[in-house]
Amino acid sequence: MSLDAATVRRIAKLARIRVNDEEVSTLQNELNAILGYVEQLGEVNVDGVEPLSGGAQMALRQREDQVTDGDMAEKILANAPDRIGNFFAVPKVVE
Amino acid sequence: MFDLTLAGAAKALKAKEISAVELTSAYNEAVAALNPRLNAYITTTPELALEQAKAADARLADGSATPLTGIPIAMKDLFCTEGVRTTAGSAILEPFVPPYESTVSGKLKAAGAVMLGKANLDEFAMGSSNITSFYGAVENPWKRQGSEAKLVPGGSSGGSAAAVAARIAIAATGTDTGGSIRQPAAFTGLAGIKPTYGRCSRFGVVAFASSLDQPGPMARNVEDNALLLNAMAGFDAKDSTSADRAVPDFTASLTRGVKGLKIGIPKEYRLEGTNPEILALWDKGIEWLQAQGAEIVEISLPHTKYGLAVYYIVAPAEASSNLARYDGVRYGKRVDGADLIDLYERSRAEGFGAEVKRRIMIGTYVLSHGYYDAYYLKAQKVRNLILKDFTDAFGQVDAILTPTAPSAAFGLGEKMDDPVTMYLNDVFTVPASLAGVPAMSVPAGLSADGLPLGLQVIGKHFDEETVFAVSAAIENAAGFSALPEVRAK
Repeated sequence: MSLDAATVRRIAKLARIRVNDEEVSTLQNELNAILGYVEQLGEVNVDGVEPLSGGAQMALRQREDQVTDGDMAEKILANAPDRIGNFFAVPKVVE
Repeated sequence: MFDLTLAGAAKALKAKEISAVELTSAYNEAVAALNPRLNAYITTTPELALEQAKAADARLADGSATPLTGIPIAMKDLFCTEGVRTTAGSAILEPFVPPYESTVSGKLKAAGAVMLGKANLDEFAMGSSNITSFYGAVENPWKRQGSEAKLVPGGSSGGSAAAVAARIAIAATGTDTGGSIRQPAAFTGLAGIKPTYGRCSRFGVVAFASSLDQPGPMARNVEDNALLLNAMAGFDAKDSTSADRAVPDFTASLTRGVKGLKIGIPKEYRLEGTNPEILALWDKGIEWLQAQGAEIVEISLPHTKYGLAVYYIVAPAEASSNLARYDGVRYGKRVDGADLIDLYERSRAEGFGAEVKRRIMIGTYVLSHGYYDAYYLKAQKVRNLILKDFTDAFGQVDAILTPTAPSAAFGLGEKMDDPVTMYLNDVFTVPASLAGVPAMSVPAGLSADGLPLGLQVIGKHFDEETVFAVSAAIENAAGFSALPEVRAK
């Protein structure tokens, strides 16, 4: 299976990365090389094999659903590229 | 002074033969002299280091010191450090100053370690040569005999590796997702361990692939690694995959020896076309362990050849999800746009480098509707088979011995033809990452042109102690004492 330019553009859109025409053609070649390499997994028989999602040899822990942290708006906003008061500021979303 | 190992420096500090301030000042000067050339550090923190050294001297005087108190180290710039810029090697985090401390760096701080600066790395830890850093490539302090050509230090923990090898840090932290501690350690003549997944907290480590990422130490020898891991490991409620297990004293296993241990040699790692030097070193490692009383057992890890393919689906998939947070809104670089979507797309287009974009795109694709089952789910199933390979093998043997990397350090600009060629660097390290088992690289010899080569010891889940015991046995037999050309003297 090989990606065409339109698919590369669609993936870039999904990934929220702006790409120009030149990048599309480079990415198309590179992504196809990677996908070509991973095609070999097709030959492995995985009938009845459960997917392994994590490296941890254990079930995920549960904890009480309670607030353990907070009250640090200034710290959280300190790295904001733009802010208004205690809010992150972005271009207008709703007209 | 620069010849001291971590253990040696700790002894000298304790005996008051040297003060922490003297040691740190010497290292600060060495960093200032050599870093402009090597580019091992993205950010240096000489003033903070001096302050920490003064506090260390106070602890050394009042008896509250640990073996790490007053030891100058490099911190991979993937660990969030409160008040000290943390870039992950990316333009998108260029202005980011974390308001909190990662658990691992916090533990080292609490133990009294002195931070000389934040070490360079491949952007978001994605790479095997440290050439994808927005802050420039790192030069390997080692040279091929009779050549001044610049070599890569490996990656992604390339700055950490170069700093310790060139003696502008006594030791360093790294992180390993598919080989990012072990391969650079091998390329620079260091020892480095990727602990069992869950052994060291990932809290505050900029995330790449969360089911694989694992912090660990890098240092000049096996003992120094044990001392560092003692301080870095341990349960952390802030990391949902942190293992709630007691941490043994890893230094106790260094002198255990290998007598009676069964060491597995996986036949599938004898890849066609592997450099004969690497295979010869592997055979030497086998002889060393045999001579010290270990029993050598040929084993099979039948799904080894699929490790890289699984990795290059799973890791990008997790990366595409983890890196979705960099949107130019809450922190990091913002590039203004006509509307919010345009702002996202421009910020990410300018903020991410080519390799990171590639991996986000691959990850987005394999997770997208219609392709999830064929790629991502399939890869997760083969990942389970790779884990089963190791589980079966560890039914027969106590540890596994392999080469760390298929070659010695290569030149800057080599292996750049296509991404897959670069990915092959990790062929021997990726399987242990996928299985979550601990693995260590130990310097074991030199190539014909004088570059360090490493052997990898893989252990059972949470059995770093056997990994240390076997690694120490190899270290003793190898007697590796070569030094890189570029170093503080």
